[in-house]
Amino acid sequence: MLLECRNLAYRYPGGPYVFLGVSLSVASGEAVGLIGPSGCGKTTLGRILAGYAAAAEGTVLLDGKPIPPKGYHPVQMVFQHPEKAVNPRWRLRRTLAESRMPEAAELRRLGIDEAWLDRWPHELSAGELQRICIARALGPRTRFLIADEMTAMLDAITQARIWHAVLAIAKERAIGMLVITHDRALAEAVCDRVVTWDRLSIG
Amino acid sequence: MERHYRLTRRFMPGNRMNRRQRSAVTAVLIAVLLAAVSIGAALLGQGGLNTHLDMRNLPPSAMHPFGTDWLGRDMFTRTVKGLALSVRVGLAAACFSAAIAAAVGLASAALGKTADRLLSWLIDLFLSVPHLVSLILIAFVCGGGMKGVIAGVALTHWPSLARIIRAEALQLRAADYAHVSRRLGKSRWWVATRHFMPHIAPQLLVGLLMLFPHAILHEAAISFIGLGLSPHEPSIGIILSEAMRYLSAGLWWLAVFPGLALLVVVRSFDRLGEHVRCLTDPRHARE
Amino acid sequence: MPLLEVNNLSVAFARYAGGFQRRMEQAIVGLDLSVEAGEIVAVIGSSGSGKSLLAHAVLGILPGHAQVTGTIQYDGEPLNERRIAALRGNEIVLVPQSVSFLDPLQRVGAQVRTTARGTDPTATVRSVFKRLRLAEAVGRLFPFQLSGGMARRVLVSTAAVSAARLIVADEPTPGMQAEDVNETLSMLREMADKGSGVLLITHDIEAALRVADKVAVFYAGTTVELAKAADFAGDGSNLRHPYSRALWQALPRNGFKPLPGTQPSQDELPSGCLFAPRCPFATEACSAERPAIREVRGGWTRCFHAS
Repeated sequence: MLLECRNLAYRYPGGPYVFLGVSLSVASGEAVGLIGPSGCGKTTLGRILAGYAAAAEGTVLLDGKPIPPKGYHPVQMVFQHPEKAVNPRWRLRRTLAESRMPEAAELRRLGIDEAWLDRWPHELSAGELQRICIARALGPRTRFLIADEMTAMLDAITQARIWHAVLAIAKERAIGMLVITHDRALAEAVCDRVVTWDRLSIG
Repeated sequence: MERHYRLTRRFMPGNRMNRRQRSAVTAVLIAVLLAAVSIGAALLGQGGLNTHLDMRNLPPSAMHPFGTDWLGRDMFTRTVKGLALSVRVGLAAACFSAAIAAAVGLASAALGKTADRLLSWLIDLFLSVPHLVSLILIAFVCGGGMKGVIAGVALTHWPSLARIIRAEALQLRAADYAHVSRRLGKSRWWVATRHFMPHIAPQLLVGLLMLFPHAILHEAAISFIGLGLSPHEPSIGIILSEAMRYLSAGLWWLAVFPGLALLVVVRSFDRLGEHVRCLTDPRHARE
Repeated sequence: MPLLEVNNLSVAFARYAGGFQRRMEQAIVGLDLSVEAGEIVAVIGSSGSGKSLLAHAVLGILPGHAQVTGTIQYDGEPLNERRIAALRGNEIVLVPQSVSFLDPLQRVGAQVRTTARGTDPTATVRSVFKRLRLAEAVGRLFPFQLSGGMARRVLVSTAAVSAARLIVADEPTPGMQAEDVNETLSMLREMADKGSGVLLITHDIEAALRVADKVAVFYAGTTVELAKAADFAGDGSNLRHPYSRALWQALPRNGFKPLPGTQPSQDELPSGCLFAPRCPFATEACSAERPAIREVRGGWTRCFHAS
């Protein structure tokens, strides 16, 4: 499977272009790093690929076909701030089950303690919440994962643990990954290839 | 576990309840009190309301704890029945009000920019006119009576709650988890009912409880000035209004007890609203 | 005499679990730390290790229901409520974690000026803004109009314009571009070189090491190690505590080694060493008793096995 975008451009209504002519492709089982300064539009690119935003120009294709806007999106995204990505009035079991309830083995693999599932989001730390968000994004129908500064707010040990688990699961299930980060060392440690934003965009 | 026990002991000497338990117990007690007033009114019967010209203007005593009025009617019976009536009117008005608020608030957040601008303008318009003025006008147009009061109170009290609901709904719509849910293949309806309702329902319930005391007070106010309920339906407003005429004659108990009872009931609803709000918010779990 | 000295500080909160059960959460447990004038002490550790709470405790802005024990001394005298209220904003300033600490209804320029000292506050603000590459027009904006990176720089500028002797910077760099991170850190370094003490709270070890003199490593609400910044080098063998070493070796460029287990929950802390459940070197003694902080090779650590 191949996730690709061709000549993507984005602008806010009435505003100037944030970026122009971005083309990129990620293959199944491949981890591609995308590095660039903050505010350059790499988060927006991730949001377009995962169906959270619409491009002004250009197309996003999955195996040569556009992705239907309704139903389970095969490209899932994990955000920088997990506390905003979970409903504060839902216990975490419900949040996790929104995609599907992972098996105990998979929970263990991601370092999720079963006891967390009966707690409220404000009772867990950012690192713990982020693991839940990742487990949720790794539903059985997920083909690609966009990790947008997924571990930027976490300490080094938690970061390493999460990445080791995610990479192992992604390789096993042939999930393609786009790793958006400002940290070159991290990108080089986790990705098969790394692209820099200024090579990608002409805007 | 041992440690937890020690700490608990240290900060909770004896068997004192913690704040959350106290809150829940208080809320239940208040609800029981309010229910008792309504049930008590039905159980008291009509006996106390009969005219006894030989027992006119008696000060409070064991037999008539709130005294009797100028027709020899038992003021305790009248107060309880008046309160029950006021609570009924208040409940009806607050429910209508909350329903309007929910509809307007949600529509404003869901229907798009033009509708939002129009509804926000409407909310601001209603908020800019003093409650009592529009209340009197509406009650007057409806021709007074129970319907007029309920319509008047309901139509004047929704904007503040509608504004809160609208703000909440707008915020919810922009929340990351709502978008995530859509990408996980959930429908708009699913997101609205599963993700948004848990936020809006407690707001509505609390809003309803908070509207309640306003509704009762305003009912009393317009009944007091003669535009509300008729003297045949003696709500607290009517009782107070009549009592004023006898105040100069030294019959203080006619006004003081019903007035105090009204205060207690209004304050109770207020407290009930506060407690329910604390208990329904998981983020309030920190002391 | 250290400018700031924190001794055996503990902070606990009551929390409700599952409705009506009340539990105590130990957010900070027997924490020790000192900052000398003219030095930057970086505080690193995972989220939930009590880093931000330490900042709030020093500034006396903990929530009212926090139960605090231990002492905080500033300039050799205890920092009580009245004293901190007088010093806050003058001698002691906070670079907060988010814009929500700014007044939403006041233009940012005016807010930054309130901490500015010297004969011409406006000129001071202007020069600091210039260094942080903030346009002058930014001063006329309201906090909600700032972008993430811009907001961080505005928050840093509030400390930079002041003549504070102690600066507490709570996560001043996340979300910033590399140039802004460097500029922010070198600004803190400059303030330290002029004689201020800086407490730099961050989870970005690499950024912290570029400017810090000493590093305090936090775990589960306590200081497991106080090391010289130079000890974080090579394979981390100069470090005294196994957690510090694990943290160092987990960096992508130092091996990216994960450490199993999670930080203990604040309401169920182990009775012995807080790190024992995850420690590869833990012995029976470790789970029996909490190690006291002691001096090892010019640094301080809380570990029975350090030598």
